[in-house]
Amino acid sequence: MKMRDAYGKALVEIAKENKDVVVLEADMYRGCGVKLFYEEFPERFFTMGIAEQNMVGVAAGLAASGKIPFVNTFACFFLRAIDQIRVAVAYPALNVKIVGGHGGISTGPDGATHQPVEDIAVMRAIPNMTVIVPADPTEAAQATRECVKHPGPVYMRFTRPDIESIFDENYRFKVGKAPLLRQGSDVTIMATGIMVSFALIASDLLAREGLGVRVLSCSTIKPIDKKMIIQAAEETRAIVTAEDHNILGGLGSAVAEVIGEGCPVALERVGVRDCFGQSGKTKELQRIYRLTAQDIAKAVRKVVKKKRKC
Amino acid sequence: MFTSLNSIKDLEKKTYEIRESVIRMLANANAWHAGSNLSIVDILTVLYFSFMRHDPKNPEWKDRDRFILSKGHGCATLYAVLAQIGYFPKEELMNYRKSCGMLEGHPNMATTPGVEMSTGCLGQGLSAGVGMALAGELDKKTFRIFVLIGDGESQEGQIWEAAMAAAHYKLDNLVCILDYNKCQSGWRIEDAMRIEPLTLKWHSFGWYVIEIDGHNIQEILDAFGNASDVKGKPTVIVAHTIKGKGVSFMEDVVEWHARPVTQEDGERALEELAYKKSKL
Repeated sequence: MKMRDAYGKALVEIAKENKDVVVLEADMYRGCGVKLFYEEFPERFFTMGIAEQNMVGVAAGLAASGKIPFVNTFACFFLRAIDQIRVAVAYPALNVKIVGGHGGISTGPDGATHQPVEDIAVMRAIPNMTVIVPADPTEAAQATRECVKHPGPVYMRFTRPDIESIFDENYRFKVGKAPLLRQGSDVTIMATGIMVSFALIASDLLAREGLGVRVLSCSTIKPIDKKMIIQAAEETRAIVTAEDHNILGGLGSAVAEVIGEGCPVALERVGVRDCFGQSGKTKELQRIYRLTAQDIAKAVRKVVKKKRKC
Repeated sequence: MFTSLNSIKDLEKKTYEIRESVIRMLANANAWHAGSNLSIVDILTVLYFSFMRHDPKNPEWKDRDRFILSKGHGCATLYAVLAQIGYFPKEELMNYRKSCGMLEGHPNMATTPGVEMSTGCLGQGLSAGVGMALAGELDKKTFRIFVLIGDGESQEGQIWEAAMAAAHYKLDNLVCILDYNKCQSGWRIEDAMRIEPLTLKWHSFGWYVIEIDGHNIQEILDAFGNASDVKGKPTVIVAHTIKGKGVSFMEDVVEWHARPVTQEDGERALEELAYKKSKL
């Protein structure tokens, strides 16, 4: 299942109970999973044309009038509306939910223009902004519900490819909480988005080598779960971060900031190494840009060596 | 509620009080944007003291008309109007642009009662106006939205994205006022980037266009009245104005966009305004 479909379905359910929920889109409604919403609630669905800056501003006006707008396009296209997100949405802390589809290199064949590797960094640096990157469809649906309850601006980032289920129905997503997926005391992998499933595969590979790998899903990048990160740093003394995003400014940076101030330990960051992507199949690109489970495992072995030296 | 001003003479008198207030604020803060503030005084005075439905004692009143100052740098005028009509104490005006005050250098809806949208980065207010107008239609409310944009601001692409959207959604509860003072920050408009033919542009974007003298109280009143009768499309009022209007040494001088107003400038300007007011 795709995250966007889980999101779109959840949004329809929420909108049945909450008449203030409205949807805006910039000619990407199919790719963003909100076609179902259009079919169910056409009067609360606004096509904004291919004009992202205006779309964000319109959402600010709707939010200032008591609505809860979900603004939809691909994550890369929100980058052209950063000034609007900053001034019209984040500065007055308006209740606008910005949903960026197709995050990261994994977007695939459309190439670098459509593979944002900067969006998390940019959104994270904007005051008042909450940044959520779900790891699977279940979490995407739950995060959608939670962000309606969470007043103020939220940026939610999805991944294009199908993702296997990680969480079961009993799981409850909470803004600012990093769920513990695997317990372990030798090293911790902190992953976000599509990389969480790879982190789990990596931890299985490493278990065979006798390493006890803790896995945290950093579903909320801001506010980051400092408590869980510090605890992991203190108990495992070695951390690997994994994200389909530039290693500058994203999860890797957020974790480095927390441990740097709170508990400096060995760190390795898996992510896009400050370069643009290219066209190709998702799996191929993940190999080229070293975003696979094997790459995470390699980083874990490296960080464990580093830990011994420290 | 406040007592609305119904006679042209009372409104004219009020415009002088607002101009005096604006000059005092700018001189007190050694602030710039004098020209951009003085060109919109008459329009804002008519809107707030005569035309809009609003309640200064209840800024969150759901059925109120909304005003957005998209050219946020004209906020000294907005603050002066809001204070004079009772949204907050007039003493606050002397804290304009000062730290820990409620009056930011550009409008902030989170700190100032009566400010409907945070603006200051140009091109953004009309989009927010479209959002409020859509919300009004969705909730079947009769409130109206007024957005004031600058002429230099019309060089921003987002203005035209918003213009397209407002016409697409047939937002007849939305009125855009264009402060056409012919100058921008460092240039005359025609030297920086031509925006003419302006009325044709708005026509072709599907708007009802009214052209007025933005300093003639009767014309301003009539324009807002006419805009209320337009059905099925938004209205733009292209208001021909003079940058720095009311203070002769500032009038139509580009430099007074960005030149700080000194105490001495302020005294000179206030003297002239007092004289003109006495002649009313």
